[in-house]
Amino acid sequence: MRRRSRFILSALAFGYAFLYIPLISVVIYSFNDSSLSAVWGGFSTRWYSELFRNTQVLDALFLSVKIAVTSATLATILGTMAGLALARFGRFKGRTFFSGMISSPMVMPEVITGLSLLLLFVTLQQLTGWPGQRGFSTITIAHTTFSMAYVAIIVQSRLVAMDESLEEAAMDLGGRPLRVVFDITLPLIAPAMIAGWLLAFTLSLDDLVIASFVSGPGSTTLPMLIFSKVKLGVSPDINALASIIIAAVSLGVVVAWIAMRRNAKPS
Amino acid sequence: MSNDANNELWRRFAIAAPYLWLLVFFLAPFAIILKISLADPILAQPPYSPAFASDGTPSMSLGNYSFLLSDDLYAISYLRSVTMAAATTLLCLLLGFPMAYGIARSPAATRNMLLLLVVLPFWISFLLRVYAWMGLLNNHGAINNLLLWVGLIDAPLQIMYTDFATAIGLVYSYLPFMILPLYASLERLDMDLVEAAQDLGASRTRAFWDITWPLAKAGTIAGCLLVFIPAMGEYVIPYLLGGPDSLFIGRVLFDEFFLNRDWPLASAVAIILLMLLVVPIVLLQRAQARDEEPAA
Repeated sequence: MRRRSRFILSALAFGYAFLYIPLISVVIYSFNDSSLSAVWGGFSTRWYSELFRNTQVLDALFLSVKIAVTSATLATILGTMAGLALARFGRFKGRTFFSGMISSPMVMPEVITGLSLLLLFVTLQQLTGWPGQRGFSTITIAHTTFSMAYVAIIVQSRLVAMDESLEEAAMDLGGRPLRVVFDITLPLIAPAMIAGWLLAFTLSLDDLVIASFVSGPGSTTLPMLIFSKVKLGVSPDINALASIIIAAVSLGVVVAWIAMRRNAKPS
Repeated sequence: MSNDANNELWRRFAIAAPYLWLLVFFLAPFAIILKISLADPILAQPPYSPAFASDGTPSMSLGNYSFLLSDDLYAISYLRSVTMAAATTLLCLLLGFPMAYGIARSPAATRNMLLLLVVLPFWISFLLRVYAWMGLLNNHGAINNLLLWVGLIDAPLQIMYTDFATAIGLVYSYLPFMILPLYASLERLDMDLVEAAQDLGASRTRAFWDITWPLAKAGTIAGCLLVFIPAMGEYVIPYLLGGPDSLFIGRVLFDEFFLNRDWPLASAVAIILLMLLVVPIVLLQRAQARDEEPAA
């Protein structure tokens, strides 16, 4: 056992270093006073104050958050229904096709999803006049479509792992099916729905390629803005932005970790 | 309304709503791509010719496809994308397998922490993670500075804007997609079985192939496909790390669409990419369906 575990340990050490060194370097560079990444110009927080004065960044952030909240909520509603259908409704007509259609958007290359949705919106506009302008609504629909798959799969696997006896007992006691869903099933799968919502929210905030295809003039999301800056090379205020996001995510994870431990203790 | 009728109504609604959404926003668009890939680019809004001429005769042609086949640029781009996606998958597997194995074998308390650390970068914007590599890899970046300072090299190495940089970025971004399914299947592995086999005289390699591998196979297949399929069409990573001249098919599609405004040709590129991916996608569906069966 010994010799193998040394190999495994070095793989783990290398793997985690690989995952974290870039993130740490961005945080360090964000405090570099010099605008060139090659030289260390001393400690400074000027890129942070420059970032907060940049209204373009703040506008793009606002649009991105608005899209992420809306699409994550829609994706959670539709994805939960799909997860319930796959895990609880037994075999129904077209089930295989349905489950295939749910999981395909997850792996579909973004350029294909983006192009196909844009062409759909253009065709719809020719036929019906909607959507008159591409932007918030079209990006939200696109994000809902690919992130509902993730919610569906999280909810489905939670339902499969959970036994049906509680729901069956409630039904046997005369509970109306919809009441059983809302009073028993939904509270039980709430953690999966929250996890799904958070994942959908992150995926939406993260997306650049699909949004570039389906957005219109005047609708620039945060990733689109970052990409237009980063294309030109390393830019120090982006280091500051990245560091803020890294700090926020790490904080969120630490809080979730503590909450999970506290929940786990009594049992 | 009776309970049964109510139940039936709810069931229908819960299936129909996501079903219809996906039919309209996921499946229908592919029919439209196919249609537009048969059109000609024209100077108009939208920039493609209608499927039927004004007198009602169909005006569709395979012209875009024959153009794609006649110009080597496209064949080279598809080939480079397949090679790069395969190399990425292999590197992710070589790094991800021992990591997933190590995580699955560690004590319960550290296991969750290690798993969390694999997922955490995933929550940080993908674009910013690729950007972080730009800072590390460029000629004045941290890696070159370190190597110069140590004295291993005399002049900065050109890492940025090479296929090597693209590969690093791809492996970095897709590694969690390899580790998670591998971990899920290795976690079920009973270490006592491996030890028993070794006690009974099986070599370490033999024990691996007879006991660990059959359990890990499903996770390995799922992980490889989860990396390979999206990596095939990757646009951002080759653009930022591979430099302006790196030809990959996702990039070609993007440029045909945005720079040349040739929507029909971009659609034809997408259709061929999709055809290349049909087999891996079907394999992934089957692997996932099989994974679902025993529990359900």
